[in-house]
Amino acid sequence: MSSMVEMILFAFLILLTIHIATLRNLFAAAMLFGIFSLLSAGLLTLMDAVDVAFTEAAVGAGIATVLILGALGLTTSEEKPRLIHGAWAKVVVISTGLMLAYGVLDMPAYGDPDAPIHRHVAPHYIEASEEEIGIPNVVTSILASYRSYDTFGETTVVLTAAVGALLLLGGAKPKPRTVGDPASDGEEAE
Amino acid sequence: MSPLSERKMRVQEKIVLRIVGKGLIPFILLFALYVQFHGDYGPGGGFQAGVIFAAGLILHGLIFGLDELRRAVPPLVVEIGIAIGALLYGGVGVVAMFLGGEFLSYGVLDPHDPAHGQHLGILWVELGVGITVAFVMLGIFYAFAGRSQR
Repeated sequence: MSSMVEMILFAFLILLTIHIATLRNLFAAAMLFGIFSLLSAGLLTLMDAVDVAFTEAAVGAGIATVLILGALGLTTSEEKPRLIHGAWAKVVVISTGLMLAYGVLDMPAYGDPDAPIHRHVAPHYIEASEEEIGIPNVVTSILASYRSYDTFGETTVVLTAAVGALLLLGGAKPKPRTVGDPASDGEEAE
Repeated sequence: MSPLSERKMRVQEKIVLRIVGKGLIPFILLFALYVQFHGDYGPGGGFQAGVIFAAGLILHGLIFGLDELRRAVPPLVVEIGIAIGALLYGGVGVVAMFLGGEFLSYGVLDPHDPAHGQHLGILWVELGVGITVAFVMLGIFYAFAGRSQR
């Protein structure tokens, strides 16, 4: 039953992707991206990856959509007609997709208990984290304690991304005005 | 007046949006805090909580205008908050070092009960992640929205 639901969700994802690729209206595309994320979150929930599903729903369907809409406010809501017909682009995209699909064939089957990822440190986390860390959510134990360095790195990445965005987009606050400084007076004339 | 700010003006006049938003935003923020501090027991944690908290604030900004949101959360607070979260995370690691452990090994935070030390460490670290993520999202929103208003 649940595999049926998964199939339908995957079919919807593929349909959505094709539809987004052909859309010219950027506003509709942004909305469909949000729906895409929500469907992905549903899929991840079916696969029992609730933490990932939660993140996908909050980031993909929530914040990302808002930020894309904010960016859309700076431009038009209609994509400009392309002058160059992207035949080569289609060839590259489709062949890359086929190569990725071919690569996936080599991976262990979904849910296979003998997959390498389930035989390395995962059994230790599942068996010992209750005793060593003492909290029921193993995902939190791994993220915040066993793999704390990684999470620290991710937090730093988020920090760096924000610093970059603020520098590029002109910062969160208006430009400070210095009166009587000839150098800055010249800049203000723009 | 740019087209976007005209559109924003129209959004701000919608009475249904204003009333529903006003009722909903406190619950979104409360839910974010629940996700933050209940991450040990259920799905969620600092990252998701930060995003949800920022989403609640951004919703406030979209409905009541950017200036209202800037009054509630000044840009300077956002810029400082971005750094505070990461510093809090690193700080927990440094405190663990001062107590004789390795960087970010929380067990030493409570010498009598390492598991409790882990609890404390995870709580503070997740709080750091939450603070940074929430203010980063808000800062990026300020950068985008402030640009269109200029």
